[in-house]
Amino acid sequence: MPFIPHTQDDVQEMLAAIGVDSIETLFDEIPAELRVKGLPDIAAGMNEMAVSRMMAERAAKDAGALNFIGAGAYEHHIPAAVWDIATRGEFYSAYTPYQAEASQGTLQVLYEFQTMMASLNGLDVSNASLYDGASALAEAVLMAVRAHRKSKSKRILMPTTVNPVYRQVVDAIVRNQGITLVDVPYCAEEGRVLAGALKHFEGDDYTALVIPQPNFFGVLEDVDALTDWAHANNTLVIAVVNPTSLALLTPPGEWGEEGADIACGEGQPLGIPLSSGGPNFGFMCCKQKYVRQLPGRIIGRTVDLEGKPGFTLTLQAREQHIRRSKATSNICTNQGLMVTASTIYMSLMGPEGLEQVGAASLQNTAVLADKLCAIDGVDKAFTGAGFHEVVLSLTKPTAEVLAALAEQGIHGGFDLSQDYPELENALLVCATETKTAADLARYTDALASVFAA
Amino acid sequence: MANIPSHLKFLKSHEWVELYDDGTARVGISDHAQEMLGDMVFVEVPEVGSEVSAGDECAVVESVKAASDVYSPLSGEVLTSNDDLAESPELVNTGAFSDGWLFTLRLSDTSELDELLDADAYAEVVAEDE
Repeated sequence: MPFIPHTQDDVQEMLAAIGVDSIETLFDEIPAELRVKGLPDIAAGMNEMAVSRMMAERAAKDAGALNFIGAGAYEHHIPAAVWDIATRGEFYSAYTPYQAEASQGTLQVLYEFQTMMASLNGLDVSNASLYDGASALAEAVLMAVRAHRKSKSKRILMPTTVNPVYRQVVDAIVRNQGITLVDVPYCAEEGRVLAGALKHFEGDDYTALVIPQPNFFGVLEDVDALTDWAHANNTLVIAVVNPTSLALLTPPGEWGEEGADIACGEGQPLGIPLSSGGPNFGFMCCKQKYVRQLPGRIIGRTVDLEGKPGFTLTLQAREQHIRRSKATSNICTNQGLMVTASTIYMSLMGPEGLEQVGAASLQNTAVLADKLCAIDGVDKAFTGAGFHEVVLSLTKPTAEVLAALAEQGIHGGFDLSQDYPELENALLVCATETKTAADLARYTDALASVFAA
Repeated sequence: MANIPSHLKFLKSHEWVELYDDGTARVGISDHAQEMLGDMVFVEVPEVGSEVSAGDECAVVESVKAASDVYSPLSGEVLTSNDDLAESPELVNTGAFSDGWLFTLRLSDTSELDELLDADAYAEVVAEDE
């Protein structure tokens, strides 16, 4: 569909129809002091040649670096076919089309996506995606409050092992809606929440407990015990999970006796490139009984008047175009193109391929951790078993170590000192399936040289 | 002509109330309202034991067209809610004034009764809609 902007004549005609002189007049109600007079810190426009040159020079700064940073966004191999198919004209849109049912192919892709996500998470239903992992968790918190009406406290137990950025985003979104996040501390030895530590919260009303798996330290939480504790205390369970890990780990729907009630997370590991931090997409699944509180779009399969199968938007009655401010969500921007790519990625990988990716990443990280910990001055920070990330405890300041590694063309990991000041000189390291034995050896040698210096 | 039982009281927003001598009342949405909304697919009733104030959003009726809030016509404690609607939301369509009732209240403020519309006044509201 071509994008045809309005001509001056069109604009004048529309203004005349509503009896307004100029477009500027439409903004009259915004007080003058709130309006920006110009953007002095933004450079003037550049031509295409100059922009290309500048971007190429910036890209060269990253080129060739070996990346061992995870911390919420993960470098995985993406088969070339994924983006070749996703960028076909038929799919190339970030949004569900406005006349949704006219785009059966797009709806079918979303339906397949939902089926795959529900299957990976071991839950009954999935929506057609959310904005990103952090806002998906915020939506899950809002959803839990809607779904669990008997709990009046609107307090959410939030382990500090949840990604710190996610915690900030959730707090920003829910704080002004009367919802309180209550920190749950982690065990300093194991790097995860101990079920025993929850005893402290017994007898009080909490709407939901968030359980990250793996947690931000890459450590596996005791999900069965935590889930059962929550349900025994009339608290819903929100799982925030890495989709790659689900090929190996117990899906949230099977945690404990009853399974998690809602599962959400970041979809980026499923075929989305790192590309400087976005776009990504979020996902969310839940038990059937909560489907009416599930935000975002849901695609259903049905039959038309002639009995032929087709796909349609379903349960729309609670969406923003009908419910306005009372919709289940008004920030569930659809990341349709990312979802299309991830659906193609999952179809190409299949359950076995995804399992291989997970197993190779786990193995690489374990091997790398052992190699690095053989260096004097480097040790594992936690004893808890992990997935594909590990926290190392260093005898030198993390920032200095990372700077020295960067000089050798290695992005050595994520510095935890700002978010977790109690962990002195801690470094979060990730080695996915993209790393070879030679890569692991190169990192080990580089780090050894930094500590020998 | 719309079906408007004369023994009921109404709100402009299409809820009805049946008042009982013992200070309790039954609440639902009018036949006109269900007709406007179309086939019901889901009804969310208030929690038994909860306190509602007149004008509170306390239930949601979801049809194929829209999910609409239901406002409590009066203040009080929710005594019962219509559990049959969980399995059969269509009762609101087939019997808006009978089997499709939503909840019952023990009234806490009888002065609010004066605010309600009688059947004739509600008929005028409906006539304006039509």
